[in-house]
This record gives sequence, C-alpha cells and structure tokens, in this order.
Amino acid sequence: MDLSAINPVLLIASLMVAATPILLAAIGELVVEKAGVLNLGVEGMMIVGAISGFAITVESGSPWLGFLASAIGGALLSLLFVLLTQVALANQVASGLALTLFGLGFSSLMGQSYVGIKPPQMGKLDIPFLTDLPFIGPILFGHDPILYLGIALTAAVWALLKYTRVGLVLRAVGENHDAAHALGYKVVRIRIMAIMFGGACAGLGGAYISLIRVPQWTEGMTAGVGWIALALVVFASWKPWRALLGAYLFGGVTVVQLNLQAAGVAIPVEYLAMSPYLITIIVLVFLSRDKSGAPASLGRIFHATH
Amino acid sequence: MIVLEKRPQPSQTWSMATPVVAVLATMFFGGVLFAALGKNPIEAIMTIFWEPLFGEFSFYYRPQLLIKGAPLVLIAIGLSLGFRAGIWNIGAEGQYIMGAIVGAGVGLAFYPLEAWYIFPLMVIGGAFGGWIWAMIPAILKVRFGTNEILVSLMLVYVAEQMLASVSLGLLKNPEGYGFPGSRNLQSWDSAHNAELFAGSGMHWGVVTALIAVIFAYVLLNRHMLGFHIRLTGEAPRAAKFAGVNPARLILFCLGAAGVLAGLAGLFEVAGPAGQITIDFNVGYGFTAIIVAFLGRLHPVGIVLAGGVMALTYIGGDIAQSNLGLPSAAIQVFQGMLLFFLLALDLLTNYRIRLASKEVA
Repeated sequence: MDLSAINPVLLIASLMVAATPILLAAIGELVVEKAGVLNLGVEGMMIVGAISGFAITVESGSPWLGFLASAIGGALLSLLFVLLTQVALANQVASGLALTLFGLGFSSLMGQSYVGIKPPQMGKLDIPFLTDLPFIGPILFGHDPILYLGIALTAAVWALLKYTRVGLVLRAVGENHDAAHALGYKVVRIRIMAIMFGGACAGLGGAYISLIRVPQWTEGMTAGVGWIALALVVFASWKPWRALLGAYLFGGVTVVQLNLQAAGVAIPVEYLAMSPYLITIIVLVFLSRDKSGAPASLGRIFHATH
Repeated sequence: MIVLEKRPQPSQTWSMATPVVAVLATMFFGGVLFAALGKNPIEAIMTIFWEPLFGEFSFYYRPQLLIKGAPLVLIAIGLSLGFRAGIWNIGAEGQYIMGAIVGAGVGLAFYPLEAWYIFPLMVIGGAFGGWIWAMIPAILKVRFGTNEILVSLMLVYVAEQMLASVSLGLLKNPEGYGFPGSRNLQSWDSAHNAELFAGSGMHWGVVTALIAVIFAYVLLNRHMLGFHIRLTGEAPRAAKFAGVNPARLILFCLGAAGVLAGLAGLFEVAGPAGQITIDFNVGYGFTAIIVAFLGRLHPVGIVLAGGVMALTYIGGDIAQSNLGLPSAAIQVFQGMLLFFLLALDLLTNYRIRLASKEVA
C-alpha cells in the first residue's frame, strides 16, 4: 500500500468532479420538492440524460449540444411524471418508481450502439496565469464549464427561493397548495414547470457522468447517484448551499475510496465500493430527526374541487 | 371542458378493469415500439404472449411460467402489505440477494454431508437473511424516523457488493478453477431445490408462494392486523385514533416483505440458478414492484399479475432469440405497463365529466 501516491490537489479537484452530478440532480430535485412534489424518478431521468447527451455528443461532435440534449431528454422524461401525477393524479411514490424503471430500460435500449465509444471531450477552463497558480489553480480554475454551471445554479436557486416573488410563490405552493390555489396561483402549472426544471437538471447530471466523469456509456452507469441525490435533498434540509456541501462530502467519499482502491489498501474492493451507500444511510439517520425544512404539502395530491 | 369529480367510493368495476386495459394498452404501444425497432409488431406481441403458452414448444415454456412467476409473486405479496399501509420498501432486490447469500452459506457450511435437515436449515437461513436486511430500514424508521425508501434502496447497492464479495471470496468454489461463484447446489442432493414433479416447474418456491398468497388473503380480510394495515393506508388519521401502533406495523410489514424476498432468493439460488454468482440476481425485486401494483395490491390479483410478468420474461427471451428483439425492449415494455396502470387508475378514483366552464 502506498498512500503517498495520493496527490491532495488532484484529490480535491477530482472530488469536485465527482460531486457535480450529485449536485446538479439534487438542486433540481430541491426545486421540485420545494414546490411540494416528490419525484423519485431522479435516477431514471439521470440515466436518460446520460445517454441522450452521450448520443448527441457522439453524433454531432459537440459536447455543448450534448449537454443541451441531456437537459431536454431529462425534461421530456419528467413530462411523463407530470402526466401521471399532475394530470392523472396518481400516487407520486409509485409514479417516480415507474419513471426510474422505465428510464433504466429505455436508456439501455437507446444506448446499444454506443457501448465502447469514446465521446469528444469538452475543453477545460484555461485562464493564462490563474490556472497555472500552484495548488489553488487546478482546484479553482482548471475545470470544465459544466462544473461551474452546477455552482452557479446552486447560487441562482438559492437567490430565487430567498429573494424573488417567483420563489415565494413556489414555496407557497409547496407549503400549502390549497391556500396558494385560493390566492389564485396556478398550482398545477407552477408544479409542472418545477418538475421539468428538475428533469433538466437531472439530465445534465447524468450527462456529466457519461461525458466528463467516466467518459463512456455503460448500461445503468448512474449506479444509484440519483438516489443519493434524493437523500442529499433531505439532509440538506431543502437548503441549496447545504446541498452543495453535502454533494462535496459525497464526492469526497467516492474519490477517497477510489484512491484507496488504487493504492491497494488491505480492505477488499467491494467493501470500499459500498461505502458511499453506507455513509448515505448513516448521514440520513443523523439528520432525519429534523424535518422542519420539509415543505408541508410534499407528496400530497392536489385536486382543485372548484 | 373536462372536469374530474372525485368518486365517494373508488369504483369496483374500474379497479378490476384497469389492469386488463393497462395490459392491452401496453401491448398496443409496445407494438408501436417494436415496429420502431424494425420488427413486425404483431409477430413480436404474439411471440411474447402466445408462444410460451400455446406455441410449438409450450411444453417447455409452461413450467418456466411457474419458475419465473414464483419469486415475483413471493416478493410482491410481501411488498403489497407495506404498500397498502404506505410503507415503501423498494429494496426487495437487496433482501432477495441477502436471503440467497445467507441461505446458500448455511447450506455450504455442511458440504459435502448428505442429510435431510440441510435444505430446511437453508430455508430458515434464507428467510433470516432477507428479514435482517429489511429490519435495517424498519428499525431506523421506527427509532429515528429515517426515510425507508432511501435506506432500503441504498441497501440494494450494498447487497450487490456483498454478493460480489462472497462469490469471489467466502463462498467461492474451492474446486472452481479460480472462476468466481459458489459450488453448484443443483449437483448436491441435500441442498437442491429440485422440481417436486419432474418437468412441471413446481418447486418449493412455488409451494411457498401459494401458501404466502393464502396467508396474505386471510390476514388482510379476516385478521385485526390486516385491518390495521388497510386502515393506516386508507385513513391514517382514523388509524391513529383507533390506536394502531405504527411502529409495530412498520416492523411487521418490512419484516414480512424481507422474509418473503429472502425466501425467494434462497429458492432461486438452490434451484433454477444453482449457484451464487456475481450477477445471479436479475432484478426480480424491482419487477415485483410492478407485479404488486398490477395485482392491485390484492393477493389474488398478484398471482395473476405475476403470471403476466413471468410471461413477458419468457416471451421476451423467445423474442430475443427468434426475432433479435433487444432484452432492454422488454424492460421498457414492463416499465410501460406500470405507467399505463398508474395513469388509468384515474378512472377508479375519479369520474370524468364534461362541463361548461363556470365562473369561480
């Protein structure tokens, strides 16, 4: 075992990369849940985003178009969830599961001819001077643009929820949909937009895995990241910056266990590989006593009687 | 303008009819999907739904119906109890894997002894493995209020890693020339979950599934605990006032689901699968969720739904080898079924009326 082979700068830089898919998906789901909707289909939307982004990138040669396609793919899949929960008033837990099961099958069907291909790479940020700074250069200024988009999105969602009228209406719909309806807000319309935003974010997160983090397409490659993102929203108490913190914590766990695997620690690989899931459970246990941040109408079906 | 009017009582007729309509709708849109993949849709649908039952080789496929259906029904019965009470155990796949690992482990500890008590001990081990895995989310929910959906699902990934670990280490066949995977239980009489009548597909898992169905039926219709489960799901507030103990209900529902999923895993590993390997699980734990809903969370419905789902597995395999239909297409097909079911459920709970638009 050789722990000195682990370079702290690379470790932090790759931690940020590992955290970004979780962060993107979690920020999207946070907005959805703030609007009072529980969409358990994150994993499904991520994997569909992963393959649509991958396919379009390979076909067009442009990662930018790929990421756009992944957001559209995720949002389109979330429309199925909209149909089930907002139009057909179906149970949200069951509908989310359906979305995930369908998404996993659909993505492997779409991805059959893309196995083993290497996608064109997205360029990294390279600011003359700043990127070359020792230590902080590669950590702060040496990433791909989507990573910064994730952080910008966190800030934007935070500001939107806290300071704008739109954010206030969104929260009102999530806290008490009957009252919001009585005030004349279009509960269903607002929720549909929130769900589609969540789908687009999950799609981006999925494409980040298939285009930047891995970068390759394999069936079921999201491997539970969508579910970890769902857990993250709970233990971030529905607060965007805490979601960022949590995502980095998870990115850290993932990267450290991968580094330990590579360094040949005496712990079997399988036990290291299960650590992110075990840590999710442990953190959930510690933080799930405080449910004060949960939107009051979360998961409840809204049916306007008049 | 179309308006939805909530029915005072869910419609009995629609409740029975929606699964059938959902299957028909899935056949139609599945056909569209197969056509998009360049296959003859009618031929593909016939291959999936007709060939296994009445085709040329149906003598081979019909027993398969029991073999594939039994684990689905076993797991779905357990899940349906929880789903009825609003307890969402979606980690049955993990409980299935753990049941298989513990059950096979118990058996392999006796190798190469031949004794009548080995198989019963393995069954107990399988039930225990699934139960203990389901108790983790149950106890965490009761004690700390942790979300059982996320915990049970995370444990699926943990169980998959465990499976990889034991098939490469603890349970690896010492005479397996270094290949991952345990000894083959089929070639060891004391541990083999053999067919009870040769060629019938009837093994102990099928028998257990039938017993579970009867038990669940009696429990839900004739027993206080079953009444409490239904009450909690349909009217949580009323259940609270009636003095239903939610902790007991959570422990029971998750525990029962774990036991049944664990048993399904054991019967599979000791019978049709034969050995513990890295990928011996094929997602029955997730498909069983569809079976539970398609069966309307009702024991008898689940048996029928399990049959339909088993049919799509077998027919899917045939379509894969005969028509070159990708296996993922069947997965999409199964997912579609759940979609249509959930969407059509609208008709059970609401009446659709045409009304002129009024002011306020």
